[in-house]
Amino acid sequence: MKPLKKTFVKELKLFGMGLLYLLPTFLILGVFLFYPIIKTLQFSVSDVLDGGIVTEFVGLEHFLSLFSSSAYLNSIKVTFLFVLYTVPLTIMLSLFLAVIANEKLKGNKFFQMIFSSQLGISGAASSAILLFFFHPTLGTINNILGYFGIPSVEWLTSPDWALFSVALATIWMGLSLNFILFLGGLQNISKDLYESATVDGAGYWVRLFKITIPLLSPVLFFVTIINFINALQSFGQIHILTEGGPTEATNLLVYSIYRESFIYGNYGLASAQAVMLFIITLIITLIQFKVGERRVHYQ
Amino acid sequence: MTKKIVLYVLLSISAFIMFAPILYALSVSFMSADDINNAALLPSDPNVQGYLDAAERIPLLEFIFNSFLIATVTMVSQIILCSLAAYAFVFIPFKGRNFLFILLLSTMLIPFESTIVPNHVTILNLGWLDTYQALIAPTLVTPFGVFLLRQHFLTLPKELWDAARMDGVSYFRYYLSIALPLSKTTLGALSIFAFISSWNSYLWPLIMTSDDSVRPIQIGLKMLVSSQASTDWPIVMAGAIIALLPTLLILFFGLKYIRKGLLSGGVKG
Repeated sequence: MKPLKKTFVKELKLFGMGLLYLLPTFLILGVFLFYPIIKTLQFSVSDVLDGGIVTEFVGLEHFLSLFSSSAYLNSIKVTFLFVLYTVPLTIMLSLFLAVIANEKLKGNKFFQMIFSSQLGISGAASSAILLFFFHPTLGTINNILGYFGIPSVEWLTSPDWALFSVALATIWMGLSLNFILFLGGLQNISKDLYESATVDGAGYWVRLFKITIPLLSPVLFFVTIINFINALQSFGQIHILTEGGPTEATNLLVYSIYRESFIYGNYGLASAQAVMLFIITLIITLIQFKVGERRVHYQ
Repeated sequence: MTKKIVLYVLLSISAFIMFAPILYALSVSFMSADDINNAALLPSDPNVQGYLDAAERIPLLEFIFNSFLIATVTMVSQIILCSLAAYAFVFIPFKGRNFLFILLLSTMLIPFESTIVPNHVTILNLGWLDTYQALIAPTLVTPFGVFLLRQHFLTLPKELWDAARMDGVSYFRYYLSIALPLSKTTLGALSIFAFISSWNSYLWPLIMTSDDSVRPIQIGLKMLVSSQASTDWPIVMAGAIIALLPTLLILFFGLKYIRKGLLSGGVKG
């Protein structure tokens, strides 16, 4: 009996110690993540007063009113379009940057640094700068267009262009993180593979599409997921560039949550939107795992 | 040879498109209103009026101090708490750790944005609106940081651990004098990441502050922008340059850590 008791005490000690190391982490996550998740679910099916006081259970009423609200359906639509505009282009452009910056050339460290720079620049600062570039009369982009005789565009103030402009800004801001991940992935690919392929007579493009891209697929997969998540969670650039307008043209999901709760004070309805955001994120991520895993080649 | 020229041309064009807006913002920040109306490339008579005016419009120095304070505390805390948690997940063989790790991983799927309503209520009920602790507390630890360090700890040689245990080194001693020193690169990457993302965060400080005393510089920037009626561009650009300079410098000096740190953990899995 004795050794059994001894193991039990040892297990208990280890358990206590493990929990001790994890305590601060789970305490903070408990207060600011687990508890709010439960609260969000509760708020989404309740009427909520200021200060988070739940007054009445209303069932799915908030969700039903979301789906009959043209403003919210529009918000889903523009978010979908925004993801469509930003994600594929950001990935392709940053992959391109990583491929050209990975070549053995004098000065490639300098270019790598420039391509990484956006990671250190806040969305707010980038947005403030682009606000000037997009300005209809003083703005740099229209000035350049005017130089070539192309008429001015109302980048942020016309409902037809605003979402496109915000997407353009987002692509510019998002390139660096992808670039760093892709470059790291490229540098992990063994040089021998390229050498033997070259001996076999494979040209640049064959090597790029038959070796580089397939071997990069785990990084590509990872990058795709974080790009979708980042795009779904865009907020700062919307708040600074367009505040959701003009006429709701850039009212993305997170901006809509922000407006519903902190401007209109509808905590219940905002929480229903938050639940929807979570469900949409989850579905997209799960689809990517289903589709992506099959195509990923691990070295 | 042709290939080299083509590459240099492509690299230069890309670098120009990526970085020219930042350089132009720097140039505009030293311009006068006339230069802007004339779409000048460089200021005709460079002056720091934009910076002075920005400091007059908002308490610029105070905002920068706030940002530094918040980002530094967040960074130090993430290093300590994330590494403690990651250490437990790798080195302390207790029952239930796999369950807790999966629980932690699954939280990475939950957008912070979808929990802001109750979090706002929590801070409100704690009476913490417009305080530093409201801005710092939710990011004292991140699941991403724990995940990154765990991946790194898993790569430390098993023999080292066995030898240390043989010599009777305690768990905490091993953490402090072996595991941490061997993780400098990953810890460096996490520090830079934590500092930059705290400095650059926007939505949370926006809803947590209505008072200038604790506001970070990013919200100050929005205050400079929102006086749109007669937007004074040198002021806005001066604010943007001040807001981006510290993190841009940190990124430039810490880039190699970020790259190594992210690759040892994040991607290889």
